[in-house]
Amino acid sequence: MIASLHMRIKGAQGLNNWIKGAQALALAVAVCFSLGASDSSARFSDLGHRLMCTCGCAQLLGECNHVGCQESGREREELAAMIASGDKDDTILSAFSAKYGATVLAAPSGKGFDVVAWIAPVAVFVAALLGTILLVRRWSGVSLSAEKAALKDGTAVADPANESLVEKIRRETGADGGF
Amino acid sequence: MAAFGSLALLIALALAAYNLLAGALALRWIATGQPTPISPERLADTARRAGIAGFAAVTCAAFALVWSVFTNDFSIAYIAEHSNRALPGPYKFAALWSGQEGSLLLWAWLLAAYGFVLRLTHKRDVKLYAYAGVILSAVQVFFLAVINFAAPPFSLLKGVLPDDGNGLNPLLQYPEMVIHPPLLYLGYVGFTVPFCFALGALMMRYPGEKWIKITRVWTLVTWLFLTCGIFLGMHWAYAVLGWGGYWGWDPVENASLMPWLTGTAFLHSVMMQEKKGMMKSWNVWLIFSTFLLSILGTLLTRAGLVSSVHAFAQSSIGTWFTVFLFFVLAVCIFVYILQRSHLKADNQVESLVSRESSFLFNNLVLLVACFIVLWGTLFPILSEYVVGSKVTVGAPFYNRVAIPIGLFLLLLTGVGPLLPWRSTSMRSIRRNFIAPTIALWVTVIACLVAGVRPWKDGAVDQGNLYALVAFALSAGVLTAILSEYGRGARVIAKQTGKNIFAAMYLLIRRNTRRYGGYFIHIGVVIVVVGLAGAAFNQSNEKELALHDTMTIGGYTLECVGFDQASNDNYTSDFALLDVSKGGVKQFQMTPEKRVYLSTGQPQTMVAIHSVPGWDLYVVFEGKNPDTNQPIIKAILNPLVSWIWAGVLLIALGTLVALFPSQKPAAQKGGQ
Repeated sequence: MIASLHMRIKGAQGLNNWIKGAQALALAVAVCFSLGASDSSARFSDLGHRLMCTCGCAQLLGECNHVGCQESGREREELAAMIASGDKDDTILSAFSAKYGATVLAAPSGKGFDVVAWIAPVAVFVAALLGTILLVRRWSGVSLSAEKAALKDGTAVADPANESLVEKIRRETGADGGF
Repeated sequence: MAAFGSLALLIALALAAYNLLAGALALRWIATGQPTPISPERLADTARRAGIAGFAAVTCAAFALVWSVFTNDFSIAYIAEHSNRALPGPYKFAALWSGQEGSLLLWAWLLAAYGFVLRLTHKRDVKLYAYAGVILSAVQVFFLAVINFAAPPFSLLKGVLPDDGNGLNPLLQYPEMVIHPPLLYLGYVGFTVPFCFALGALMMRYPGEKWIKITRVWTLVTWLFLTCGIFLGMHWAYAVLGWGGYWGWDPVENASLMPWLTGTAFLHSVMMQEKKGMMKSWNVWLIFSTFLLSILGTLLTRAGLVSSVHAFAQSSIGTWFTVFLFFVLAVCIFVYILQRSHLKADNQVESLVSRESSFLFNNLVLLVACFIVLWGTLFPILSEYVVGSKVTVGAPFYNRVAIPIGLFLLLLTGVGPLLPWRSTSMRSIRRNFIAPTIALWVTVIACLVAGVRPWKDGAVDQGNLYALVAFALSAGVLTAILSEYGRGARVIAKQTGKNIFAAMYLLIRRNTRRYGGYFIHIGVVIVVVGLAGAAFNQSNEKELALHDTMTIGGYTLECVGFDQASNDNYTSDFALLDVSKGGVKQFQMTPEKRVYLSTGQPQTMVAIHSVPGWDLYVVFEGKNPDTNQPIIKAILNPLVSWIWAGVLLIALGTLVALFPSQKPAAQKGGQ
């Protein structure tokens, strides 16, 4: 009885240590996460990577490096001017889209039919994930009920040859049986 | 030579057609068992020999084209368009695949070469090889028909012959371009072979899983070629295009990635079929899809369906490929419906937490990734069709959608091999996953302390967030793989009394497939770490007069001269930059800008100084027309060399997996 009580106390202390450890970890993570640096000049680079150069080189505006490319130079100047005048990101992207056409945006916008571009991959992933989980659960349910039925009938363990075969299969397909 | 080449191609087409018709007839006679005027086995053998002779014919045609390039035979339109007298020898070889017609000839030649090997090794399983050979000949008939009638490489120029050709595209005049396209094509074309075996095995209701074992080597080799081809392409883009990156999500890059993703899924899921007799239909469709995606990729590249910097000139062959694509799809569906009862699974997945279900999820993620790439590639066409205006689907889209999927896949890379087949217990999970979980969280904290913070100005910094997750998962996966390997080695060391290193070697020799796979996974982890480094790129651009300096990272670049040079092929402007660190000169870099004389096209030659931690990447962007001084762009790319190192490990792992495993002494003695 006393031994059992000691074990329970020891177990509770162990649990407390784990909780304290987890709290310290969470605190460390929170502190580190809050140490973000501020860098407003990154906006030009960020927007430059959300727009395309319109010269036909198929490169992002921020990465177009063609010598004498008239388009990228002008676009960059326009972008810098809009940022300097305090325009918001969405306003700048809309202005570029209105002036150069929708293809100047490096990715589909979140409006109109473009939304489909963003939704479809997520929808397919979620549907495939749920489908796979349901399928595996159904399969495992079928296997389990088949095993239970076999146990109930006594057919599962009645045949020693079967047992050794099952053991052989387990061994060959077990953790050391191949990749 | 043009007449010889054209004749060789016509003969090759006739031989492939004979192989198809005679082979199909012989197989039909064998299947029905009806009395026949000649022995069906002998007829099938003549078909096989026609296939072997076909390889000789296509080789003659390829030789004729290469000979014409080297002898500057500008009476052939293709040679005049893609070569010139001053072109260096190795690039004359590259001219073979630099244009539409030549690259299709290369495709046909590689297909014939694969067919040659397949037909020579037919004794392994005569009937299955006969089926596969006939299906392969059908694919050959298509490609040979295209290069005979739609895109002939030996067309002659009309009128006055030019003294010199237009020369090779400057972008292709780089050493890797002599290797990258053939490797990529070896991968693309190679998937035809497992496709033929899968379709053949389904048609003949092949008993057992032997066809999977036969195709395993073909698939692995093909996958290795495609992997190396893709990464060489990345390295070429990095070293030649001069924008500092290596993957631009261009439709042609995407076209190579899609069959790679489905091929990778196939390599994983065939293990389920081999071990447990599961996923038979799935595997058949995976390899069908891989082949169809190879054809789709070719269609995208060559038909001008999507705009790409890589695309070949638009031509009528798009129609040929579209018809072929739908024909193959129809055949696959028809045969599958007819024979699907043959593909009934022997077993089912028993638990959500098991090796089997990890394979399922791995396949799921790879296929979703493939869907995302396909969707992003085709969405501009869909948008134009639906709303009448094209949109761009570029890097920001893929970064947001594909990277999380890739990270999930990385997680499965570590989790999958730790789970046993059938089902697992909590004890086993705890034992296997405690060390990787600790490694993961230690890495998170270390990264946060080192300044990799996923927040900036109160908002999520996507690049840093992905990098942090990638580093943490990589540490977890690496620990998982190494601890599993170490556990196995310790058991072997205990059993055999060998030291730990000898035990590690023995472990690999005893199960090359498993530990080759582990090497590949470690290679993937290293590649991911390299890719995550892109989140910390720095760049600086400056016009440099003599003795002007610019800084990037800890480096100071001083312009100590700029000069010009020329040869028969190009003229070049280059800058001489002394690079110092902490006031001490370390090395000199010479970024260059070439202008090719035959085409007048400019070409960047990037100067790269690579160390394990980062690449210093310097581009000569040209001269300011007002001041005539060079404009230099310097980029510090962290961890890029890890990508190339990871690929080497992936290649090594694949080679290890191809080696047959050593049987334990007891088993040897028993045989």
